[in-house]
Amino acid sequence: MSNSDRDPETGISLVDGPVENPDVPSTPSKEAKLRRVKRWLSGTLSQKNLMALTGLFLCFFLIIHLAGNLQLLLPTEVAQWQFNFYSKLLSENIFIHIISYVLFASIIAHALYALVITINNRRANGKRYEYDHRGASSKWYSRRMGLLGTVILFFLIIHLRDFWYEVQFGHLPVDKDGQEDLYTLVVTVYRNGWYVLIYVLCMIALGYHLLHGFFSAARTIGIYHPRYVNWIRVIGWVYSIGISAGFALVPIYVHFALT
Amino acid sequence: MRIQLKIWRQENRATPGQLANYDLTDVNPDMSFLEMLDTLNERLVRQRERPVEFDHDCREGICGQCGVMINGRAHGPLPNTTTCQLHMRSFKDGDIIYVEPFRATAFPVKCDLKVDRSAFDRIIQAGGFTSASTGGAPEANSMLIGHDVAEAAFDAAACIGCGACVATCKNSSAALFTAAKITHLALLPQGKIESRQRVRRMVRQMDTEGFGHCSNTEACQVECPQQISVLHIARMNWEYNRALF
Ligand code: FES
Repeated sequence: MSNSDRDPETGISLVDGPVENPDVPSTPSKEAKLRRVKRWLSGTLSQKNLMALTGLFLCFFLIIHLAGNLQLLLPTEVAQWQFNFYSKLLSENIFIHIISYVLFASIIAHALYALVITINNRRANGKRYEYDHRGASSKWYSRRMGLLGTVILFFLIIHLRDFWYEVQFGHLPVDKDGQEDLYTLVVTVYRNGWYVLIYVLCMIALGYHLLHGFFSAARTIGIYHPRYVNWIRVIGWVYSIGISAGFALVPIYVHFALT
Repeated sequence: MRIQLKIWRQENRATPGQLANYDLTDVNPDMSFLEMLDTLNERLVRQRERPVEFDHDCREGICGQCGVMINGRAHGPLPNTTTCQLHMRSFKDGDIIYVEPFRATAFPVKCDLKVDRSAFDRIIQAGGFTSASTGGAPEANSMLIGHDVAEAAFDAAACIGCGACVATCKNSSAALFTAAKITHLALLPQGKIESRQRVRRMVRQMDTEGFGHCSNTEACQVECPQQISVLHIARMNWEYNRALF
């Protein structure tokens, strides 16, 4: 591009190749394609897309996870067999193994991108206001996604240590059917009242995170029609309350009913 | 009524600046906020001090020049109002009022309450042109546009570029402004032809200027004097994602 193609004052290019006609598919050169991919990866909207897609995948995963947990609410005898059977079923399934890698990748990408985005936004803010009352025009949890996310990350670390690590690397006793007895491990952990309290508090944080995250993800991927937007709000509320209340219910029930 | 002002004073871009205190004793509740600043400036001029510089033009809520942060909110305590349409009756006798310039890295302070909002102009420039033919006025019925589409495009076009969306956004994101400009043209047949190229270039320009990410807190919609809907941002995202394929 020669210099005369740029606005001398602003440096913006005045021409950007031929204007594309959407009806005639253009064939960009390999280089141009690569440049476009690079630009896409560093753009604000694409970074938000990545947050949205990983977030929505995690939302989907939570439903599957909750379905497993709710089996703990069954009568003790059935619950033990059912829960251990379910965990065995999952751990032997190759498809679930692949999903679990995608899951870890999503969690890491979601957290890392959140960090990158937060740093960029700090930079965009410039000097702070001496007197800041901007909070009056938005909901607190929509502004505190980073904090809520950190609480969830903290919870995840404890959670993975106590259950995932034990299953993968620890030695679990076997139940009377010869299955690894994850059930007893879970029930033992939930005997601790403090653990249950922290668990429930983290689920409240999760609920608020989902409340904003689910609807925000839908916006980010571009659902703009007012009708769908209203559905998404309702689904978001039902989903967030359902997930957080559902997860919180299990340790409470186990703690008070089984001990 | 009596008003205590704490106004941001800054000589130029390079100097640091700080809050200065002013005491006004005879404020009329029917004055607009800018008229109240005018009376302060008259006094400062009489005292041979440098008056407070602030942007304004139409004083009837349509030009978008008068953006300042009042008590920590863009354009003051009322939602969807410009500073020139805010009146002193919205405050109480004896109130302390903080007046600060809009803050964002992309909006450097020029002097006192004046900020450089030319980043917005460059975003618009990056959008390029529409394929409207020049020459004699075309026959009005040669290009049919449905009423609801025309209304929707007009809703977006109502953006006056005041910058309140950026100032109130915790991420200093210009998403609402850029989205309004993109949707406005993407809806109409004249603008549809270049819409893919336009959305890519405007978003790229928005990023280059150093605005932040939109995290959908929707604060911008509350402060926007033209009540531009945040759904335009979703529409921009949609156009942007579609333009990739
Ligand atoms: S001075 Fe024009 S909108 Fe306030």
